[in-house]
Amino acid sequence: MPTPYFGWTGKVLRIDLSSREATLISPEIEVYRAVLGGKGLAGHHLRPFANKNWDDPELPLCLFTGPLTGTLSPTSGRMTIMSRSPLTGTIGDASVGGGLGTRMKQAGLDGLVITGKSAAQKGIEIVDGRVQFCDAGALTGMGVHQLASRLAGKGSFAAIGPAAENRVAFANIMVDEHFAAGRGGLGLIFAAKNLKYLTIKGSGRVAVHDPKALGAAREDILRLTMASPVLSGEHGFSCYGTGSLYDLMDSRRMMPTDNFRKTHFDQASSLNAFAFKEKYLPRKTGCKGCHILCKKITRGGVVMPEYETMSHFTALCGNTDLDTVVAANALCNDLGMDTISAASTLACHAEISGERLSKETILALIKAIGRGENPELAQGAAQYAKGRNHGEAAMSVKGLELPAYDPRGAYGMSLAYATSTRGGCHLRAYPISHEILRKPVATDRFTYSGKARIVKIAEDVNAVIDSLTACKFIFLAAGLEEYAKAFSAVTGLPYGAQDLLECGERIYYNERIMNAVNGFCDRDDDLPARFFIEDGSHGEGIEIRALPREEFLAARAAYYRIRGLSPQGLPLAEKAKELGLTWNG
Amino acid sequence: MERLIAKYEKKLVDAGLADPGAPLLAGLDAELIFNRKDPATAELAQIFDGLHINSLLYCRPAEPYRTIVDYLSSLGRTITPEDCETRTFQHDIPVASRFHAPEILACLRRRKSVIIPGAGVIAHGVVSPEQAFVTYSSVLFACFVKFFGDYLAALEAGHSDPSGRPSAAFQAAFNRAVSHLDPVRPVAPVLAKGPFATAAQVYEALDQAGKATVDYRLVDSFFGNISYSLDDVLYISQTGSSLDELPGHVDPCPLDGSSCAGLTASSEFSAHAQVALTTTARAILHGHPKFSVLMSMRCAKKDCDLRGACHLKCPSARLLGDVPIVPGEVGSGPTGLCHTMPQAMRGNRAVMVHGHGLFAAGETDFNEPFATLLTVENASREAYFKTVAALS
Repeated sequence: MPTPYFGWTGKVLRIDLSSREATLISPEIEVYRAVLGGKGLAGHHLRPFANKNWDDPELPLCLFTGPLTGTLSPTSGRMTIMSRSPLTGTIGDASVGGGLGTRMKQAGLDGLVITGKSAAQKGIEIVDGRVQFCDAGALTGMGVHQLASRLAGKGSFAAIGPAAENRVAFANIMVDEHFAAGRGGLGLIFAAKNLKYLTIKGSGRVAVHDPKALGAAREDILRLTMASPVLSGEHGFSCYGTGSLYDLMDSRRMMPTDNFRKTHFDQASSLNAFAFKEKYLPRKTGCKGCHILCKKITRGGVVMPEYETMSHFTALCGNTDLDTVVAANALCNDLGMDTISAASTLACHAEISGERLSKETILALIKAIGRGENPELAQGAAQYAKGRNHGEAAMSVKGLELPAYDPRGAYGMSLAYATSTRGGCHLRAYPISHEILRKPVATDRFTYSGKARIVKIAEDVNAVIDSLTACKFIFLAAGLEEYAKAFSAVTGLPYGAQDLLECGERIYYNERIMNAVNGFCDRDDDLPARFFIEDGSHGEGIEIRALPREEFLAARAAYYRIRGLSPQGLPLAEKAKELGLTWNG
Repeated sequence: MERLIAKYEKKLVDAGLADPGAPLLAGLDAELIFNRKDPATAELAQIFDGLHINSLLYCRPAEPYRTIVDYLSSLGRTITPEDCETRTFQHDIPVASRFHAPEILACLRRRKSVIIPGAGVIAHGVVSPEQAFVTYSSVLFACFVKFFGDYLAALEAGHSDPSGRPSAAFQAAFNRAVSHLDPVRPVAPVLAKGPFATAAQVYEALDQAGKATVDYRLVDSFFGNISYSLDDVLYISQTGSSLDELPGHVDPCPLDGSSCAGLTASSEFSAHAQVALTTTARAILHGHPKFSVLMSMRCAKKDCDLRGACHLKCPSARLLGDVPIVPGEVGSGPTGLCHTMPQAMRGNRAVMVHGHGLFAAGETDFNEPFATLLTVENASREAYFKTVAALS
């Protein structure tokens, strides 16, 4: 693979589905230095078109790897898929695992920028950088599971299921069958371009500047992973998957229950990760390049639900049947839609309609949504509730349904939900790491003191992680201090942790600018009113009080100052210039 | 932030890591605050401008750490201790040549701490001043172990080759550091008598034993852990918890594995659980007594093929007094101490993990493990100075 760069290939492929043309471009090295890769490069390529509607052929779908992808750097097999979210109107991005990122690098590409719209449904097949457009009309309506069989042998794939074809606002792009590029409805972008699938394979290798130094960095990171109870302990993600959070969240009285009307689920102890493991006997699997292997799958190929899915398809919906959770997860994945949004929309529907969600109802409604038979619920909770004149029942931020951490039990989490550039997302700052999991050290979960800066820095850190790329979970053990060593070893650029953080700040500010272009401001950086007026479920010596509104607003104002935004949450020209970004307000 | 800064200022002094009034602590949320006025604040404010952090600690260590840190930092631009905690969490400790913001920044942009010879140690935190406290404490612990270990190694080298003997500066520093060592505390405190019958009694016992371990300085910063098993539940300190602040930070973990609520339990949960399940011990205490740690790293096999990998692979049946020394890293990985320590605990009252710390067990309460911890440390200290005397 001839390249002037180490780590990066120096090549990005632009694909126009309207003209069926593919053009290789070579971004300047300064671009790579400034935004690293992955999420950063995706945002760089999205920015000029960020105000386009999601179904505008000019709106690009950006798929980018990072400099560490395809190397021995631990957990580096991830990549970012980004466009404008059909669900929320904000930027929409997802860090996704599987093997797609690694294959893309092996094919000699740092990323893809897909624009245009095909007249008929197509597939894109890439082998070592060569592009072929294939008819995919016969695959219309096909579920992801069956599609995976049809695409076998073509390398890694990204594809949509029936949900995206039926305009479900929270449709996913599914990678290698089991890995979701979820939240925000990115699957609809595929559908809007009449693209059913994308496959990639390659035979190249990623050039590494200093393999010995990369080996040393890897050793440091692995040692820290092994020292982490959350990742490697008997109760950790490696043994139980992210489902190991289930007991903890309930014991901390912050498990969203009955559409966030309660924060404790009485039946939780019989629906925990241990119960799933006992019943289904799953084995470990995971993304390429990962040693944690947090995904669990049975010998029959049934994927165990992640924590969010477990929690929302039990406590949030009032379901106590393990099989229903597994079936709901499998259905959502096969239809290609987001489990958090699906469960939250059902819970919102249950609250508004007063209907109890039986296990049969849950599965029937999921099928109806994914198959285009319930367009009302397919809009997602916010639009559905608004249409029913019960906007207060939608537990979402900027239109994105909230995951399974009740913000009344972790004040940093509440601020992070509000400031997230893609709406109600736990992964932008993940304050759960210190407010609950005690990493790097524990913080007081019931105070906003200090949280504004912590959230801002964590957003920058996670922007770096999604740009290198790496998995956010490993940062419950290692830090940018260790990953900077890996980055320098791979690329030859002598970056320290703080240099990477400056890139992260730039990447995240660019997202604030794109959202501002689309009219997002302080009005949108807010939580559903319920959290400020209703208590959660007290018990076992823990009181879950309604969030203090004035303190929340003060913390948000502090966040704006620290982030370099106006009091209205808007980007400032001076700060943008300082970060090397253009923005005139 | 003010509350946290005041808390860690007090803890630094209480732990003997700083003299009263010495710690300069800063915290930044929307505004930068310091715990007191000091000429150094302007320079430290520049450091905040150059780093994405929320807290900073600058402190001249109390003796004997002051002498130790000053001496080690006079030798080069990086200190590389080999104890387990440093290897895992700190990697190495950079040294700046002077108290000058750009140079300090260059070090802190890649590491959590920096030593300025003759001036002190600077450490930072991203989410809490606690991180700065922990890093500072770890730096002093690591330097202590390295300093006394290096001195002994120099004496041994000088025994066969006089040119290898400690330099005059090293000797002077050693003499000074020794003169400032804490006095030996030969008598263990009387702790609650077991066996404990209720969870409430267990929580009280853990709290009492944890506080005593910190009071006797048998553990550095927040490292160390403690557990008690009752009715098939292991009550164990949470990861990253301070042994002197255990109330509210103990996880009750069913030993049948039916709950993952122990996700926040100590990284040594697996090791504790195995001891609880395979021996008659109920009470387990793990500390990092300094002389025990440094003596566990001493080995007569100078030409051993496994030099540098002792903590992972040492196959020898080595003893610290009558306590077995085993290899093993922090946590539950393939080279984790959970694969070595519990087996060694069968038939023993304690096990030393190479370069890391001592696990001590008791049948009914914490009196026995605490006494073991103290006895082993005092014996290690005595053995150290006997060896020094013999080689001098």
